[in-house]
Formats: sequence, C-alpha cells, structure tokens
Amino acid sequence: MTESIPPKIRIMQGASSDLSAATYQIYDESHTIGNALRWMLMKNPKVEFCGYSVPHPSENFIQVRIQMYDNLSSLQALITALSDLDDVCETIEDAYIMSLREDKFERWEEKS
Amino acid sequence: MAPKNPIDPRRVVGIEAERVAHVSSTDFPGHYPDEDHSWDLKKFKKNLKVKVQRLSNRSIDFDLVGVDASIANAFRRIMIAEVPTVAIEHVYVWNNTSVIVDEVMAQRLGLVPLNVDPALVSMKESPADTATDRNTIVFDLKLTCERNPSAPKGSTKPEELYINHELLSKHLTWRPAGEQEEVFADNPPAPTNPDIVLGKLRPGQEIEMELHAVKGVGKDHAKFSPVATASYRLLPLITITSPIPPQHAEQFQKCFSPGVIRIDQRTQEVSVDPVGVRNDTVSREVLRHPEFADKVKLGRVRDWFLFNVESEGPYAPERLLTESVKVMREKIAVMRRAAEALQEQFGGAGAADGDVEMADV
Repeated sequence: MTESIPPKIRIMQGASSDLSAATYQIYDESHTIGNALRWMLMKNPKVEFCGYSVPHPSENFIQVRIQMYDNLSSLQALITALSDLDDVCETIEDAYIMSLREDKFERWEEKS
Repeated sequence: MAPKNPIDPRRVVGIEAERVAHVSSTDFPGHYPDEDHSWDLKKFKKNLKVKVQRLSNRSIDFDLVGVDASIANAFRRIMIAEVPTVAIEHVYVWNNTSVIVDEVMAQRLGLVPLNVDPALVSMKESPADTATDRNTIVFDLKLTCERNPSAPKGSTKPEELYINHELLSKHLTWRPAGEQEEVFADNPPAPTNPDIVLGKLRPGQEIEMELHAVKGVGKDHAKFSPVATASYRLLPLITITSPIPPQHAEQFQKCFSPGVIRIDQRTQEVSVDPVGVRNDTVSREVLRHPEFADKVKLGRVRDWFLFNVESEGPYAPERLLTESVKVMREKIAVMRRAAEALQEQFGGAGAADGDVEMADV
C-alpha cells in the first residue's frame, strides 16, 4: 500500500478567502450522502447555491459546491447541515422503532 | 391507509397520459414568496410518519412519509451497498477434480449467504492485513463422491447410484480459531440455507478446499449485500373528479389493478379503495378510454415512500433500516469531524486569514 489515503474533506482551489463560496471534495462518499447533503444545505435560507457532483465514477469522491449570501461561511453551513442530517436520521429511527413496538402490522410466514 | 382528507396538491406528482408533471420537490426557502421552508426539526417531526405495514421472517414493508426523496434514497442505497455482512472472500483449493473449475467454484462459494452476525467480526483495514480470529472465519469443504454399493439394480437415479453426488452448502464445516468458539457459541457460523447446490460430482471426483470469510460491504462486491431487494415506490393517488356512469362502472374498475376500485352493490357508485390503492401500478390504462379520461386524475404522493425490503443473510428484516441509519450517522460523524478540523485550521468560525490550504487540482 504505497498510496496514502486522501483527507476526508478538501477545499478545492478557487474558494473565496472568506469561504463564502467554496467547493468541497469529500473522499469515499457517493450520491448517498451527496444528494442528502445537498438537500439539507438547500433548506438553509442563507445558502445561495448548492450542488454536488460525482466527477468520475472511477474516482472515489464527490464535490459539493456551496455559495452563501451575506459573505457567511460555507464551512459553517456544511457543519450545520451535517448535524441537521444527523437529527433527521435520529428522528426516523425513533419513529421506526416506535412503529415496530406498537406491533400493529400484519405478520406472515415466508418460505425460503 | 391513504388519508381521508385530500393530499396537498404540492405533494402530488401528476401522472398524465404521456408525461409526468411536478416531479421535483419545491419545499425550499425562496421557492414560494413569503413562505418559510427553511429546515425546522419540529415541523419535520410533526410531519414524519413511519409505519410498519407487513413483517415476515424474510421481508418487511413499511411506509416512510414526510421525507425528501434524497433521504429515502440514501437509506435504500445504504441498505444495498453499505450495511456490512460476512461472506467468503478467499478460497484455497487443495484438490478439485470436479467438472467445475476452481475460479467458478470460488465465485459460487462467495455468493453463499452466511448466518454470521457482522457485529461480531471486525473489518480488515486493507486486503493485505493478516487474517486473525477477529476478522476471518474459516470453513473447510471436503467431499468425495463414490459408488453406492447397495444401489438398487437397474437404477438410473444419481441419488441412488452414488454417495455424495451433490456438493451442498451444508457441507461447509466451520473450523473455530482462537476465541471464536466462545464468541459464536450461540450461533455457530454456517450458510443460512443448507441446501444450495454448489456443484455436482461423480464417482472418483473429489473436492477439498479451505474458505476464508471476511466482513465487507455491498459496494465492494454484491455478495456482501445484506438484502435481496431494497426498493421503494411512491403511494399512488387516484382522484375521481366527476362521477362514473353506473353502466361504465365495471369497465372503469378493470382499468386498474384488482382491489383498487370498489363498486357499491346497490348504487353502482364507484370509489377508490384506500388500502387497495397502494397496490395500483398506475398503468394509465384509464386515460386511454375517452369516456374516462376527463373524469379521473392519476398521481403519486412525492413524499410518501412504500418501502419493501427483503433480507438475505444474517439480519432480521426489521433490523435493516436501523442498521442503515447507523451507517448513515457514522458517515455523518466522520464528515463532521473532518469539517470541524478544517474549521479549526481556519481559526474559529471561518475567519479568513488568507493562508488557506487548498487542493492542487
């Protein structure tokens, strides 16, 4: 193993110096996180633009572009979006477990 | 159950005769003037509905209502490609005189679902890592086919003529190493289905192999995928906009999947079955009939996901969503740590000091 693992998140060249507009390269992630993260960032009214791409299928990373209003930090918006996304996961899991516990569903036997 | 009160038209994907309408969600800040669509956890919690509909020993059906497609799709993708399982990865062939060549046999062995709880096995950091009792489970596979000396005379059936004429998944025998005997005491590693035919043998043919199973994820190889299928559909929505004449009731009913349209025995009045509508295929057949085309509206509810997940392997079907949530939250945590480290590097809350280290590309 000669190649070293790239950092999880890199800021691509060309970002504005106050990070109000930047492209983040996230290593070892795909549409799974890319689209969910894009959605959560777009729910932020301070985000002017957000989009993601998988530049090439054989390169194991995604790029997320974030542009902010009012010269706010896109990095801060990214961190906020990640923690909001975590809340989504937690809420869904709790609701699912609640529904399982309620036990108001059809049970049946499936032959394999 | 479909709701009694009508669904907000903004939630509906229109399905028309030759096109679909309003496919994308619009609940973003700035889309509607003077409306607040910014992220609100309280509102999300209020609108979210998760309801298990059917559960069997192999599969689960549940509704996920009130989330964006990107979230539902993330869980679907994670269930298929990123929830880990244990599968055979290395096959050491000491002897194989069967008609199936080594590499084909190795491929078939890899696809056999094992009952090993992935929580009890750690993942190899890299393929070059040495095998230990923590990251590798070893099976032996040894079978020799012979003639059956007590075969009935004149028989042509292989199961009577020969002993061990079929190599089955039950012939995999686990060889415990180190602490494994204790760890797996409750549930000794074995294939989930003992009757998978891996190959056929004839007298004189022999197989002797050593199989190493490791933990992996479906995006590396489909054999590690814990599900047979994991998919969702959107809830169909059929709205009858003006009454269907009684003489056409039966013809109208036939335009949909069975159980979707109810006809009142007495009045011949047509209505949509709120439970049966879930199974409609939204074939649009009804729109091909000129007498119905302007009397009905077809659609699907954009944020109402009907999940169907079939487990194949060690997870009980009801565990798969919780496992995928776990994987998703782990991914988020890793990214958040990286983002916070990056922010640290920038000196607090993104204050710009000009010496930002950017990637070369």
